[in-house]
Amino acid sequence: MTTMVSDFEASMRKREPRAEDLIQGQTGDWEVILGLEVHAQITSKAKLFSGSSTKFGAEQNSQVSFVDAAMPGMLPVINRFCVEQAIRTGLGLKAKINLRSVFDRKNYFYPDLPQGYQISQYKHPIVGEGEIVLDMKDDRTVIVGVERLHLEQDAGKSLHDQHPAMSFVDLNRSGVALMEIVSKPDMRSADEAKAYVNKLRTILRYLGTCDGNMEEGSLRADVNVSVRKVGAPLGTRCEIKNVNSIRFIGLAIEHEARRQIEILEEGGKIDQETRLFDPKTGETRSMRSKEEAHDYRYFPDPDLLPLEFTQAWVDEIASSLPELPDDKKARLISEYGLTHYDATVLIGEGARADYFEAVAKGRDAKLAANWVTGELFGALNREGHSIEETPVTSKQLGELIDLISDGTISGRIAKDVFDSMYKTGRDPAKIVEEEGLQQVTDFGEIEAAIDAVIAANPDKVEQTKVKPQLAGWFVGQVMKSTSGKANPRVVNEILARKLGLSSDD
Amino acid sequence: MSVDQKTVRHIARLARIAVRDDELEALARELNGILDWVEQLGEVDATDVEPMTSAVAMAMKMREDVVTGTNLQREVTRNAPGAEDGFYVVPKVVE
Amino acid sequence: MSDLTKLTLAAARDALKKKEITSSELTGAYLKEMADGGALNAYVTPTVEKAEEMAKASDAKLQKGEGGALEGIPLGIKDLFCTKDVRTTAGSHILEGFEPPYESTVTANLWRDGAVMLGKLNNDEFAMGSSNETSFYGPVVNPWRRKGSDARLVPGGSSGGSSAAVAARLCLGATATDTGGSIRQPAAFTGTVGLKPTYGRCSRWGIVAFASSLDQAGPIARDVRDAAILLGSMAGHDEKDTTSVDRPVPDYEAALGQGIKGLSVGIPKEYRVEGMPKEIDDLWTRGIEWLKAAGATVKEVSLPHTKYALPTYYIVAPAECSSNLARYDGVRYGLRVEGRDVTEMYEKTRAEGFGAEVRRRVLMGTYVLSAGYYDAYYLKAQKVRTLIARDFAEAFSEVDVLLTPTAPSAAFAIGAKSDDPLSMYLNDVFTVTVNLAGLPGISVPAGLSAEGLPLGLQLIGRTFDEETLLRAAYAIEQAAGFTAEPEAWWRA
Ligand SMILES: [Mg+2]
Ligand SMILES: [Zn+2]
Repeated sequence: MTTMVSDFEASMRKREPRAEDLIQGQTGDWEVILGLEVHAQITSKAKLFSGSSTKFGAEQNSQVSFVDAAMPGMLPVINRFCVEQAIRTGLGLKAKINLRSVFDRKNYFYPDLPQGYQISQYKHPIVGEGEIVLDMKDDRTVIVGVERLHLEQDAGKSLHDQHPAMSFVDLNRSGVALMEIVSKPDMRSADEAKAYVNKLRTILRYLGTCDGNMEEGSLRADVNVSVRKVGAPLGTRCEIKNVNSIRFIGLAIEHEARRQIEILEEGGKIDQETRLFDPKTGETRSMRSKEEAHDYRYFPDPDLLPLEFTQAWVDEIASSLPELPDDKKARLISEYGLTHYDATVLIGEGARADYFEAVAKGRDAKLAANWVTGELFGALNREGHSIEETPVTSKQLGELIDLISDGTISGRIAKDVFDSMYKTGRDPAKIVEEEGLQQVTDFGEIEAAIDAVIAANPDKVEQTKVKPQLAGWFVGQVMKSTSGKANPRVVNEILARKLGLSSDD
Repeated sequence: MSVDQKTVRHIARLARIAVRDDELEALARELNGILDWVEQLGEVDATDVEPMTSAVAMAMKMREDVVTGTNLQREVTRNAPGAEDGFYVVPKVVE
Repeated sequence: MSDLTKLTLAAARDALKKKEITSSELTGAYLKEMADGGALNAYVTPTVEKAEEMAKASDAKLQKGEGGALEGIPLGIKDLFCTKDVRTTAGSHILEGFEPPYESTVTANLWRDGAVMLGKLNNDEFAMGSSNETSFYGPVVNPWRRKGSDARLVPGGSSGGSSAAVAARLCLGATATDTGGSIRQPAAFTGTVGLKPTYGRCSRWGIVAFASSLDQAGPIARDVRDAAILLGSMAGHDEKDTTSVDRPVPDYEAALGQGIKGLSVGIPKEYRVEGMPKEIDDLWTRGIEWLKAAGATVKEVSLPHTKYALPTYYIVAPAECSSNLARYDGVRYGLRVEGRDVTEMYEKTRAEGFGAEVRRRVLMGTYVLSAGYYDAYYLKAQKVRTLIARDFAEAFSEVDVLLTPTAPSAAFAIGAKSDDPLSMYLNDVFTVTVNLAGLPGISVPAGLSAEGLPLGLQLIGRTFDEETLLRAAYAIEQAAGFTAEPEAWWRA
């Protein structure tokens, strides 16, 4: 997608530059302007215009129909589900759905492009303007405009390292449905670009329209980078093609921005060009083969009628939309009183939020949030497990919290119980019972323990009478002697009485 | 609008058709002949006219998301001038 | 000429059903004609064994009183239709050695109904031509000659193999395709009936594409009834082609008997072009009289944008073809000329694989779509196309069919126009409007020129109203009583 510079400027969201986003150069501070084009593979069984399977990792050219191989006389027939997925995504981006859109041919020659053209949407995309809200780490909210979303075919794959003089072509991917989601040039730092891809991926996963798997190429980003002095007109941009991890997006932007600044500060000028990010060197380099000015000769595909559907269909799809991340976040905050931070962490994956809600239902939400985001997510991260792989079910974690709340175990003991649950998958009640971890609430037993400590430390008793805050030392000693099982509330109560302190202030 | 030899070379490059230098003049002449002739469309006022998108008015039918393809690796590669191991083989692509 | 090959398709069909003849006999007779007719260069790939096998299978069915609408009928297939495991060339060097692993929908429909394939018929390369001289496999020769001359004439194009083969009785009927006149003009040049159906009536799936928004398959046949029968089998919705229409196929043959009493026939005044030969004009006038005599009312109508049709066509068709032909790149099938790198391989393959006319159109199409020119050429042409379609819609609010000449002249000599693309393009002046508007059109032989060559009249109908078109064509055919036949010089 090429936008004229003037359109580009016009479509930019007015944003005051923030000092922390600026890059310091020799001659002053530079602002980085970023726009992203994300290619998201639609989750569908069959390709966009043929009945071939889209399964990843199949044997070369084993998922290629005569249509995908562009045999003479073959014609495209559109997959309704792919259209539905594009509409669903558009709705998820709060974007305008165009009831009439047009498929165009983008003409160029490449061995993995069998037709000699890619069927795409140029002037009339299926989805128009929308937006994505970014939740930055520093609690800032950044709104990034979505310019458009269109449907198009993926190309095949050329392998260049199989033979010194030849390239090998596999068309399994050829014709797979993609959504190209084009942002407005609204981002100002690598962190924002990364947050954008992250959020977009989250939304796509909530919607179930793209699995967001960047290693398998289901999600790829083209990053448009330009720099300018604060307040200056827009600079010339370069497009970094097909970056396939969020980390690389950050690295590519950092490198590219510095490269451009260096050139400009040395009095040079930026050539508008397509570049590639090389993860090995951490640098971007010009794509030589694309130097020849491209002239794609777009025109409406005469094999396909305009894509038209009714508002009723759009409404039907809208009614089946799941709760989206932003809505879920707002609800978690209002319904459970969570902090922004906890809510943001939870909505990152729909399954995490679902897990939390299952735990929090009917329980102390703050306690539930602490256990889910602290203990559970901590353990999952350490072990490299996804939420789907958790050995502790939400029901079990809920039961553990119940044991804390009803005083059966202390919070400290609960951590040990949790570790054991994570290792063995056993129910918390069972662990507590079998290992005798119940809190001691028996007054007599606790009183005996306290008496023993008091008897052994008369000097401390005297000190405490003067300095009541030293009572904590006695609590610790009692807990120690009861292996942590003494109910701290009961300990405090009896201790206060014995030491002659008021227990109710 | 008139097509010169440089333009013919450029179009031929876009169309991936090798053209010898000694063919350029004749090609430019032929293309200009045709272009001069189609130039008469300039007489037609079509300002508010919608371009034709399909010869016959009808709605585009859609296919269900069902895999109908079987493994056609042999069928799709058997006519290929270069094929190996189920791949199409082409002279190296320089990126 | 054997008695068997004198039969029309309808007569042969009836005789087969009554078991008066067998398909093997009939097919054998045609295979003999094909062997004798090599001088016409109508077939690029005869499929003798396949024909014999199919005929045998048909006979087995006919014997049991079974079989489809075309059971045992031997047909020729334009080499633009992909035929499974049978070499398909599109008349181009670039499809060298290509054997499709699939069958086009239209031919599959014919085989479903029992037809027998005699072979693949020559055509202009990728159907780009009006004389069948651009084929890589050499020109097809028209069976007709001028009185007292042995000059070789063109059979029209691009379906020149189909028209010549039907005229010379090298098949009982043939498939053809029409993008700007490629069925009707060759039919007019050979004294045969050529029917281009409404865009969307026949599936384009498996037909080598020239210009997708204009291409349409149809029959070339010996008479109107045969054309109606063939269309009935070729037509129909195909879910593999979303531009094919989902509506039932009428009984076209049944429409013929309905007469044209009260039919309203329009005569587009803009078709009386400057420099039109008098004999064409006279033929047209005769056609008007015949229709009147058969009970039709005739009135003049106006199609004001007619003169812009050809220039519009020569923007739209090359633009689409430049993209449609991009797939011929030496990678997956057909010719490859090796090069140092993949780009050189592409350029050499396409330079050697495409003939001069195809190259010219691909370059023209690339130019009109290229940056900065799209609006001035392609977009403008598609707008004018809307105006042309509107002209027709308006005319059809007043009349039921239109009558025009099919071509501005009779067949011309091989080589006479091959150096001048523009004069060649002008051949399609009366036919191309129909493709631009997606309408059905038919050419019916209506008389002979002073030099003894066949001339055709064209009827144009409303979208999907092939029945009315056929009724009117049948009336012309009855009135014209065209029975002339070419002398079989090619056997000598
Ligand atoms: Mg892009
Ligand atoms: Zn794209």
